Amino acid sequence: MAVAASMAMEERSAQARMATPSRLGDKAFEWLTLAMALVVLVLVILIGWQLWIGSSLAIKKFGFHFLTTSTWDPVAEQFGALPFIYGTLVSSLIALLIAVPLSIATAAYLTELAPLWIRQPLVSLIEMLAAIPSVILGLWGIFVMIPWLRQYPFPVLKRFLGWTPFFTGPMYGPSMLAGGIIIAIMILPIITSVSREILRSVPNLQREAAYALGATRWEVTRIAVLSYAKNGLFGAVILGLGRALGETMAVTMVIGNTPQIAASLFQPGYTLASVLANEFTEATTDMYLQALFEIGFVLFGITILVNLLAQLLLRTITTASATRAVQ
Amino acid sequence: MHFERASNHTWRKIKSTLASTIAFVSAILVIAPLGLVFFHLLVNGAGSVNWDFFTKLPAPVGAVGGGMVNAIVGSLELLALAGAIGIPVGVLGGVYLAEYGSARINLVLRFLADVLNGVPSITWGVVVYGLVVLRFKGFSAYAGGLALSLIMIPLILRTTEEVVLLVPNGYREAALALGVSRWKMIVHIVMKTASKGIITGILLALARVGGETAPLLFTAFGNRFWNHSLSQPIAALPLQIFTYAISPYDDWHRQAWAGALVLVTGVFCVNIIVRILTRGRSASVV
Repeated sequence: MAVAASMAMEERSAQARMATPSRLGDKAFEWLTLAMALVVLVLVILIGWQLWIGSSLAIKKFGFHFLTTSTWDPVAEQFGALPFIYGTLVSSLIALLIAVPLSIATAAYLTELAPLWIRQPLVSLIEMLAAIPSVILGLWGIFVMIPWLRQYPFPVLKRFLGWTPFFTGPMYGPSMLAGGIIIAIMILPIITSVSREILRSVPNLQREAAYALGATRWEVTRIAVLSYAKNGLFGAVILGLGRALGETMAVTMVIGNTPQIAASLFQPGYTLASVLANEFTEATTDMYLQALFEIGFVLFGITILVNLLAQLLLRTITTASATRAVQ
Repeated sequence: MHFERASNHTWRKIKSTLASTIAFVSAILVIAPLGLVFFHLLVNGAGSVNWDFFTKLPAPVGAVGGGMVNAIVGSLELLALAGAIGIPVGVLGGVYLAEYGSARINLVLRFLADVLNGVPSITWGVVVYGLVVLRFKGFSAYAGGLALSLIMIPLILRTTEEVVLLVPNGYREAALALGVSRWKMIVHIVMKTASKGIITGILLALARVGGETAPLLFTAFGNRFWNHSLSQPIAALPLQIFTYAISPYDDWHRQAWAGALVLVTGVFCVNIIVRILTRGRSASVV
């Protein structure tokens, strides 16, 4: 009883305290939260600034050649990033080729085709896949995926597609193809969940109109939903590309880490993010460290551009669908 | 004529069923890696998750046995450091966007936060290396914690903003009508109402950075022994898994699997807690 009474009193005094509006507190709180919100702006500037001053000497010394030459020789202080740029682009492209059809088909399945009871469990599982840390996928890649790839799919690819330059030469295991596959697994969840949101935002009238014309379920999905949402889906794919380009640990563990430009996807490669992961702590000379900072700068530049594009695509879509919903 | 139409209809129906089947198979292929990874983690790791693993330091190179207790504690210390910076900044920043910001400022800040969320995590490692490690001449737990906190900030900011916006305006008006000052209204009414969602966002961000390796490689650096000072290099579970996985020793591979199983279990536990917290609401938090 006594406790309850004292609690009630405390509550009343708390109310009394709250009843006196303090303008000073209001201002202080607003400025505090504003300062915290502005941290995101500070961070963007900070990244750009730090990468720039970290690599300014290398940028001055190598100029544009940094991006177009392929010698990476720390001992002779010759630094060209082309093999890493090539490796990053090719492994991400492989990843997109695998992940995009699977993700969009899965998103279509989740919103249009699947029985209702299966949808939520599937979504939960996909969220779980997204939660697996990169390093664990890399561990699995080294000890499970690569031996399996070397034993089954690689020989099959060589046998049937060996006449193309992409599937020739020795098959060690760690390779551009293995890197692409592991990145594909990493970006499947994000492309799927963003695509699913996009498809869910397609107005039901679209579907109903198509059904009313006698379309089958697949025809509704294809004509009324997928083609309606194709700009948004493109945004989802670009967002996935942004993640693919920056993926680090899992790729580093399976791509072979050899700075070379080889047509065969069985050959090992190297990515911008991987060379940072492997060599940053080994940089013994200033110029070596500068070159690595410049690698970071290039990686940041590429991912920022890709992400900006994705955000613009997704933003116009969502505002457009929002206004349409309002109308 | 009639027959043709009927067969055309049948063909369209077959095509529809075929498309559904392909979509179903795609969905299975998308979640297959989850099952496979979990299966192999259990097969290869469960045998090595034992008392030693949670209580012993890593054995010297070449010796068999030992555990990862320093890495587990190290990861928790790093998460505490990251949370100490990332949680207040992210939450208060998100509150600003939801409660104060004008439409134009919000558009810009939201955009920047989304762009930051797309920055590769290794970039944060490089930046913090330049800012802290070079300046203070050494790898440290502080540097690692800072790198993780910078990843957390945009994540928490966005989820906080989303859930604070969900609080009905009537609550705000009722509080203000009682004469409560605005900041107290926000802290005691709005943030309290949205606390479940805010905590969800924080937990997801912690789970995400708890598994990060790339930003720690050249900030926290790793350590085979106990960390006695936060200004010294510190071990972390993901770092230790990486080091062991690419090493040539079988015993270390075994421990890498065990570490991975422990890490994944932790991350999944947090995700399940989040799912329980958000039950009923569509869990579309990325």
